[in-house]
Amino acid sequence: MSSEQGMFGTHGTGDTSGYGGLVRSAASTGSSERPYGSYFDSVTDDLERAYPDFADAIERVVVDRGELTLHIKVSRLVEVSLILRDKLKFEMCLGVSGVHYPEDKNRELHAVYPLLSMTNNQRIRLEVSVPDSNPHIPSLVEVWAGNNWNERETFDMFGIVFDGHPGLTRILMPDDWQGHPQRKDYALGGISVEYKGATTPAPDERRSYR
Amino acid sequence: MSSYTDPYASSRETTEGTVFSVTGGDWDSLVTEIGQAKEERVVVNMGPQHPSTHGVLRLVLELEGETVTEVRCGIGYLHTGIEKNIEFRNWTQGVTFVTRMDYLAPLFNETAYCLGVEKLLGITNDVPERASVIRVLMMELNRISSHMVALGTGALELGALSPMIFCFREREKVLDVFEMISGLRMNMAYIRPGGLQQDLPAGALAKIRATVKDLRKSFKDNEKLLVGNSIWMKRTEGIGYLDLAGATTLGVTGPVLRSTGLPWDLRKVQPYCGYENYKFDVVTADTCDVYGRFLIRVNELEQSLRIIEQAVDKLEKLEGAPVMVEDKKIAWPAQLALGGDGLGNSLDHIREIMGTSMESLIHHFKLVTEGFRVPAGQVYAAVESPRGELGAHVVSDGGTRPYRVHFREPSFNNLQSTSAMCEGSMVADIIGAVASIDPVMGGVDR
Repeated sequence: MSSEQGMFGTHGTGDTSGYGGLVRSAASTGSSERPYGSYFDSVTDDLERAYPDFADAIERVVVDRGELTLHIKVSRLVEVSLILRDKLKFEMCLGVSGVHYPEDKNRELHAVYPLLSMTNNQRIRLEVSVPDSNPHIPSLVEVWAGNNWNERETFDMFGIVFDGHPGLTRILMPDDWQGHPQRKDYALGGISVEYKGATTPAPDERRSYR
Repeated sequence: MSSYTDPYASSRETTEGTVFSVTGGDWDSLVTEIGQAKEERVVVNMGPQHPSTHGVLRLVLELEGETVTEVRCGIGYLHTGIEKNIEFRNWTQGVTFVTRMDYLAPLFNETAYCLGVEKLLGITNDVPERASVIRVLMMELNRISSHMVALGTGALELGALSPMIFCFREREKVLDVFEMISGLRMNMAYIRPGGLQQDLPAGALAKIRATVKDLRKSFKDNEKLLVGNSIWMKRTEGIGYLDLAGATTLGVTGPVLRSTGLPWDLRKVQPYCGYENYKFDVVTADTCDVYGRFLIRVNELEQSLRIIEQAVDKLEKLEGAPVMVEDKKIAWPAQLALGGDGLGNSLDHIREIMGTSMESLIHHFKLVTEGFRVPAGQVYAAVESPRGELGAHVVSDGGTRPYRVHFREPSFNNLQSTSAMCEGSMVADIIGAVASIDPVMGGVDR
């Protein structure tokens, strides 16, 4: 999904490890095979029964490190969420976390929703991805009201627009801030600090940062 | 009306109505001016530097007389970009960032993050038992110190000064234990992926036993100040009401959720770090109000003491056991040791890498500068922090640095319920309601 050059993010000199020429890339994991193990089979079965369009809406079912992730088509997110909340008793959505994969072409921005069912003591995760050029995801505030601030944070940090959100404004950064800080193309930034003539370079200009 | 005019306090006309700037010494003139206005509706900006808003929280209140018709929170004043910075450091260094998020519960942040990294590495079951027991011990001590601040400042904000003084005195005893064990009172970066930064120093268990005894007595004394106190109950009973349906849809967890009567505590329902091996009760209340949350925190103190005692008993049996995973590709090579000039790298280790083993030196250098690699993937690890479910969503691309770390902060999510709790109540009750949520702005804003 992503690739990076060099071990420490250095360019040119500054590499003392001998690993500066390495290129590593992480491939995205494919769909998992049944049986998924644990309660994951029963959750997916229940969802398939309760939601006839399962095959069309769910792009991939990934079981990794004992956690179930359902990759969902953006257009189907609200439908699936309502079924999960009402039929499968996932009463609580624990927010939304954005991830930016610039190498994942046309699916650069991912939104990850951890869900919790207190009735059945189960956890699953929903994941949707949208292209950088059209970063629109339907809002889940109508389904889980608690997602309000979380979606504002993800908008603030990644620029994902949650359609239907009651008031999608920045929440952590100042209102007039330019850019979305958690995106990978947004440099760490910082400003140079000067002490009595000696300067400390900004973090992005120091050797081991990028 | 006094003849003195404050140069900073002024009023100006806007399209929204008259805007008054208040500086504190001008109440008489302000009240007179507002009294002349036709409208009953007043919008008040409270914070972010207001002493009763529990940190740099800004509340925008719409008032009709003394009744609050709308409350909106303004946050972000303590945003420090921790989740961004962490992507530029290696996995072990990440701990030093996350520990600064919720600064009253640093050990919970560290544990959630480390559990996530360990899950990604697939070494969850390899973490030595002694390390897990010490994690539990430290977290429960931390729960006490955090609840002490919640109870102390909560009381202070409602005008009770003495409980604050006593609570901070007890908290200090816990921080002394932290200082003895980790070298630091807060933000200690004590828990590391794979185990701990160092083992307990000599005499720590004896000190903890003495502290537990001391705290138990103090808690009994302190309880008498507020539990059942009629003034306190008048300020807290029926205030900040939030029922189970509201809490669930708003994603509210922790004492606020348990005050609706639901015994939801991750330590019991989804145990981690071996919590299933400890005897303790989940404290609940059924009043859904500020007093219920206050009682829950008070009673959780005793449960934490019980867990600490059991952990100390376990540690006595595990004397000398390792506190870091065996895998030398992950375990930090040096344990810290207390030398004549303070805490630092263990001299034995320095003697080994500098004097006897070239390979050890190379290994040390590689691990410390480059760090270890974590297989690509994503996990979510959650712990029950003093404020609720603290979850770490950790993503790796297979490199030596986190690709993305997002914290599901209970303070952030719980604070959203302010509007639901406060709208329709009196202005003075907002303070109690916010204090009962116990938001820590370092965690809210990260």
